Amino acid sequence: MEKLDKLTGIVVPLDRVNVDTDAIIPKQFLKSIKRSGFGPNLFDEWRYLDHGEPGMDASRRVVNPDFVLNQPRYRDASILLARDNFGCGSSREHAVWALEDYGFRVVIAPSFADIFYNNCFKNGVLPAALPADVVDGLFRAVEAEPGYTLAVDLAAQEIATPAGVRHGFAIDPFRKHCLLNGLDEIGLTLEHRADIAAYEERRRRTAPWLFTADAGK
Amino acid sequence: MMAKTLYDKLWDDHVVRDNGDGTCLLYIDRHLVHEVTSPQAFEGLRLAGRRPWRAASVLAVPDHNVPTTDRARGISDPVSREQVETLDSNCREFEIIEFRMDDPRQGIVHVIGPEEGATLPGMTVVCGDSHTSTHGAFGALAFGIGTSEVEHVLATQCLNQKKSRAMQIRIEGQCGPGITAKDIALAVIERIGTAGGTGYVIEYSGAAVRALSMEGRMTLCNMTIEAGARAGMVAVDEITIEYLRGRPFAPRGEVWERAVAFWRGLRSDPDAVFDAVVEIDAAMIKPLVTWGTSPEMVTTIDGRVPRPEEVTDPVKRRGAERALEYMGLTAGMPIRDILVDKIFIGSCTNSRIEDLRAAAVVVRGRHVAANVKVAMVVPGSGLVKRQAEEEGLDRIFTAAGFEWREPGCSMCLAMNADRLEPGERCASTSNRNFEGRQGPGGRTHLVSPAMAAAAAIAGHFVDVREFSHLGA
Ligand code: SF4
Repeated sequence: MEKLDKLTGIVVPLDRVNVDTDAIIPKQFLKSIKRSGFGPNLFDEWRYLDHGEPGMDASRRVVNPDFVLNQPRYRDASILLARDNFGCGSSREHAVWALEDYGFRVVIAPSFADIFYNNCFKNGVLPAALPADVVDGLFRAVEAEPGYTLAVDLAAQEIATPAGVRHGFAIDPFRKHCLLNGLDEIGLTLEHRADIAAYEERRRRTAPWLFTADAGK
Repeated sequence: MMAKTLYDKLWDDHVVRDNGDGTCLLYIDRHLVHEVTSPQAFEGLRLAGRRPWRAASVLAVPDHNVPTTDRARGISDPVSREQVETLDSNCREFEIIEFRMDDPRQGIVHVIGPEEGATLPGMTVVCGDSHTSTHGAFGALAFGIGTSEVEHVLATQCLNQKKSRAMQIRIEGQCGPGITAKDIALAVIERIGTAGGTGYVIEYSGAAVRALSMEGRMTLCNMTIEAGARAGMVAVDEITIEYLRGRPFAPRGEVWERAVAFWRGLRSDPDAVFDAVVEIDAAMIKPLVTWGTSPEMVTTIDGRVPRPEEVTDPVKRRGAERALEYMGLTAGMPIRDILVDKIFIGSCTNSRIEDLRAAAVVVRGRHVAANVKVAMVVPGSGLVKRQAEEEGLDRIFTAAGFEWREPGCSMCLAMNADRLEPGERCASTSNRNFEGRQGPGGRTHLVSPAMAAAAAIAGHFVDVREFSHLGA
């Protein structure tokens, strides 16, 4: 996982509530058994006017000029500004893989769906929840000013506007630590293998039905 | 001792260690796996040279990509086929039990787990699939995870989790005739909204919940994710225990007795405190139909498509306008006037035997309306299909003009060949009416199996309660 510390980037506003993971990456792209290459199909049904299928050459597709990602002023954006309940629906981590592959490292919204929020941290993407009125203000600012950027500082848990206004966001210390250092969570958990084995031993005695259920015996 | 909620009890039983930062390492008892969200996790294991911690806790099944017709020919789409074959080879390599596509027990992962007794009360159950909430019906802590977490559970049998807040949704009283668990689920979402459960785990209780069969409880818990909560649960009672007795993966003999004694305690203590309580009067619930592109865009069968100008919140108003445009509906039109092109009875929400029976009662002796192009029934598993055939339900459906398919996710998300064409409108018993969910440009209305069956016969939405006296 790529670490994330400080980032200043162009912000693209996606002004819809309840953006679901089906919209972020439509199901036909979930057939891939790989973890990369989803970026060209991020928001596929909104981004292109033709119907996308895996394996198509994105450069030959008919883009929807009205969709915000296709507007030249937002090219090279690395921060996505969104509305309430972003990432709801299916648990597909492909949604985060697509955002990350496209180049987004930060998503800002008033609220996120739970599983999506978790998935972000496994992939070096920061979901930052800011109060709804702050997000509203950012939407207005981004739309008013081409080239608008925000500066994200994960260590300080702050997002700063070009005018220097700082907005704090909350994040769990463990997730922050992993993201700042690009750590492999599995490796960290396996440091506690003795604890896991001891727990398992105890449960085998106290709740044996959880283990007889193994293998359909 | 402090009074505990069911969620507290399940949580406390599974803490391997407190990480001291607000999270705990939680032990996972049952890990269900399907072909779409697992290949990258297995690949991760291989790259790191790791093996599953406890392969016997894993049960795998291909369901999303499998064809629902003519299975003998295999999967024609090469990309789908590769994904299913990848699951097969991963399960072989890592010694994981898999019900393959040609296994009579194959089906939707959330149908087969309970059906096999692989989901037991008091377990933590995870799957790389948001509708894992279904399994909470058994008094289990069950939630969906992403692929990185699938890999984490495979490698460590654990997950780092932060405890959620607890919400109690009490559905008191009795549902009227023709009202099913699906209507209750939609009524909950109508009340609290699609983000209303965010950050919570929901326990459903009250007389109307106690009265539900396990199938109904699964339907209710299944849609918890659509209310934003990760997990939904129902306390254990005799209905739970009777359902599990004799299932293949369930314990037997003396261990069964011990298990049952423990399971009976899996309920919230009478004076347990919840962070939020919502009360719904079951008697007030009517058959519900979604009109928009989010499950909270829902109204009663005797209602009308809303007028966006009457929505005060500007963001919500724009959402409603956009939804009406996508759905091709006119503001203010009666729900009953909406004509349907396709009918889908299936999905992990409503594809169990009881759902098929409820639909069959409505269609028996009648015929699908002329304007309906395709009406299909997709049983949730091979065993559901077999039982339905033994009861003669398949003949009721086919005589009425329905197609009787092989089990799988099918048109719930249209990863296989079953899908809506652009502009087509579907009465669907699935759980998501998102844009494009059932096929690009497709228009989905979520309803109960009985309501979907009634729409098939009428060609438009109708109140199934007007059907019942004509039914069986
Ligand atoms: S039936 Fe639908 S919701 Fe359920 S697991 Fe399959 S795709 Fe997901």
